[in-house]
Amino acid sequence: MSSISLSRAVRIGAGAGYSGDRIEPAIELAERAHIDYLVFECLAERTIALAQQERRRDPARGYDPFLEARMRAVLPACRRRGIRVITNAGAANPAAAARTVAEIARGLGLQGLRVAAVLGDDVLALVQRRAAEDELRDECGDALPAEMLSANAYLGAEPIVDALAQGADVVITGRVADSSLFLAPLVHEHRWSADDWMRRARGAVAGHLLECAGQITGGYFVDPTFKDVPHLARLGFPIGEVDAEGAITVTKLGDTGGCVTVRTCTEQLLYEVHDPRAYLTPDVCVDISEATVTELAPDRVRVEGVSGRERPERLKVSVGFAHGFVGEGQISYAGPGAAARGRLALDVVAERLRMTGVHHDELRLDLIGVNALHGDALSSGAGEPYEVRARVAARCANQCDARRIGEEVEMLYTNGPAGGGGVVKATRELVGVTSCFVPRDEVRATIEWEVA
Amino acid sequence: MRTLRELAHSRTGDKGDTSNISLIAYDAADYPLLLRWVTAARVKAHLSEIVKGDVMRYELPRLGALNFVLEHALSGGVTRSLALDAHGKSLSSALLSMAIPDGGEETGDD
Repeated sequence: MSSISLSRAVRIGAGAGYSGDRIEPAIELAERAHIDYLVFECLAERTIALAQQERRRDPARGYDPFLEARMRAVLPACRRRGIRVITNAGAANPAAAARTVAEIARGLGLQGLRVAAVLGDDVLALVQRRAAEDELRDECGDALPAEMLSANAYLGAEPIVDALAQGADVVITGRVADSSLFLAPLVHEHRWSADDWMRRARGAVAGHLLECAGQITGGYFVDPTFKDVPHLARLGFPIGEVDAEGAITVTKLGDTGGCVTVRTCTEQLLYEVHDPRAYLTPDVCVDISEATVTELAPDRVRVEGVSGRERPERLKVSVGFAHGFVGEGQISYAGPGAAARGRLALDVVAERLRMTGVHHDELRLDLIGVNALHGDALSSGAGEPYEVRARVAARCANQCDARRIGEEVEMLYTNGPAGGGGVVKATRELVGVTSCFVPRDEVRATIEWEVA
Repeated sequence: MRTLRELAHSRTGDKGDTSNISLIAYDAADYPLLLRWVTAARVKAHLSEIVKGDVMRYELPRLGALNFVLEHALSGGVTRSLALDAHGKSLSSALLSMAIPDGGEETGDD
């Protein structure tokens, strides 16, 4: 035991907080930070359903569109400096993503790079079978759609730990819990046992703090004069140091923008948390109700007091389904009476949609600059804005009707109030996401290897 | 009359159709003031046009923070919502606009 508790902290950099995130901060971490692992979290709730559709059109795709750019940017430095990479950018096709990364590595002269793809999160067949046998009713009730596009279970850290133990330089997953991407290297390095809920909970919280990258170093935070952050444009991404006991220190490279403070860390600690006593992950049930956040030095913050309980018996599954189409149109009005003309424009479009028989399941009329974000009550005290943007959005069963929404807004140019300008119109397919649960032992993760 | 923005900072997160808004006192000494004035009922009333379900409040005294969980607050959730801010990212700013009566400090204990 003593050799474990005396071992040094494992240092993990967060290279992305979402698919479209900035790439430069990850390059800074790969080239200059003393880190053992670089983790890229790239998979939002809906992304995997969209990726699943892409894979159906082209079996070689279905992984994150920025995967290539990210790997090209960081792999040479990571290889040179012995930094292992973990990412969920495999999305709906981790095997194809791993082949692509191996190919990129060969092109960069990184022969021998070992890339592991974690498979098994795709549980569409299992969920369809269970739905047909009515075994999901308790969890999902009637919410489960008849036609599912995708069903992906949130895997935990285990398969990533296995891949690391088998020598992976890069681990690419599909759907796993975001925190598991960070917990896995901690379990691997510190050899935390399977039922060490206390330390696993601390590792999961380290992951929770780091998974949104810049959100803990000053992104999604600044409110000028109330909460200022230096050099936001050059915002650096965080580094987590987690020792064998699970004590967490959050820091960043000194010469990057942003800051790590008690305030940035407390906001991120509570981000997307419901009951602080029961933050559920596939790996452990986390309790942050007694957590403390303390500044050790500038840009070095300690998070302690986290505890944990046995992991849930069931895994959460994200189910994607076709949910029709959204049509949208916007038009601007400015100067005296802008809001009144914007309101009239909305009324006119709503009436014309009725008159011309456009079917929609839901219609939304917003006046951007007045009530689009929080409704009329909260904005009633504010004065008249100089300019407004009228926005009409509707959910329709078919694309034809959806297209009519934007067209009807565009017609305001010649058939609407005075001075309307800057029309933008769009339609998009809507993929809804709902969730259900499946027994853990029905989901089996496997690993496939690609060597550059 | 002050607004919450002067006493606390806040961040919004989303999961499905549920939003959570943290509220963190700048100064731990103001935490009792948050406890007294920012009740689940007041938050529900303040955001009545937005939140269609229940509001729950969790207390985190060691962080000087409250965590509000707002059910049915995101027009069905980010994947199907027609709202301009489908994630509800801006809801923290709505909460910080809530008014806090002056002199509340003296009655912070009840």
